[in-house]
Amino acid sequence: MKLIKPNLYTNSHRDLKMSNATTQIQSHITENDVVLFMKGTSQMPQCGFSSRIAGVLNYMGVEFKDVNVLEDQEVRQGIKDFSDWPTIPQLYVKGEFVGGCDIVTEMTMSGELDTLFDNKNVNYDKDASSKIRDANSE
Amino acid sequence: MAMTATEIQTLIKIGFPNAEVTITDLAGDGNHYAAEVIDESFRGQNRVNQQRAVYAALKGKMDGENGELHALALTTKVPKNI
Repeated sequence: MKLIKPNLYTNSHRDLKMSNATTQIQSHITENDVVLFMKGTSQMPQCGFSSRIAGVLNYMGVEFKDVNVLEDQEVRQGIKDFSDWPTIPQLYVKGEFVGGCDIVTEMTMSGELDTLFDNKNVNYDKDASSKIRDANSE
Repeated sequence: MAMTATEIQTLIKIGFPNAEVTITDLAGDGNHYAAEVIDESFRGQNRVNQQRAVYAALKGKMDGENGELHALALTTKVPKNI
């Protein structure tokens, strides 16, 4: 009689990898007020959309943690599952998902990002924020 | 395999039959589009949920490394009250 062994090792190895990514993601967003999951780093972005959010945050003097998803495939997929959001970049403020590049750009232009930062006690440069709006309004 | 603007528009219109959908090809490579979706169902929803609904209509085209749609700039709006 042939004994069929379930491939337990592989499954649990994969589950461990998945939950490692989740644990890492959770600790990033708990330990840092503002986290940007992006392609590349805030100093050297590797994608136009990531570059735009990083640029806005840097210009506004917001302190944030950049997580380069290109360095870790599990985090790259993990953050999409975690946020239920299919694209990178992803901005988290005080543990809450705020949005991707489109949403953050809209919020910057409407002043909603300022309001969010005010409400969440995140420091930023209000002058810089106005300058972005002035420079980009039609 | 790249998607055409028509394919994207069709998928979104299936999810949002009464929406005004405008697709712009940003790079001419079939991989970088902008989509503006104006639909009554967005009223009262925050932007994240509005966009999630559009992503859901695109039924996994964005997914994974082989996702056919590499980059989609999304704008979602509520129709203006006349």
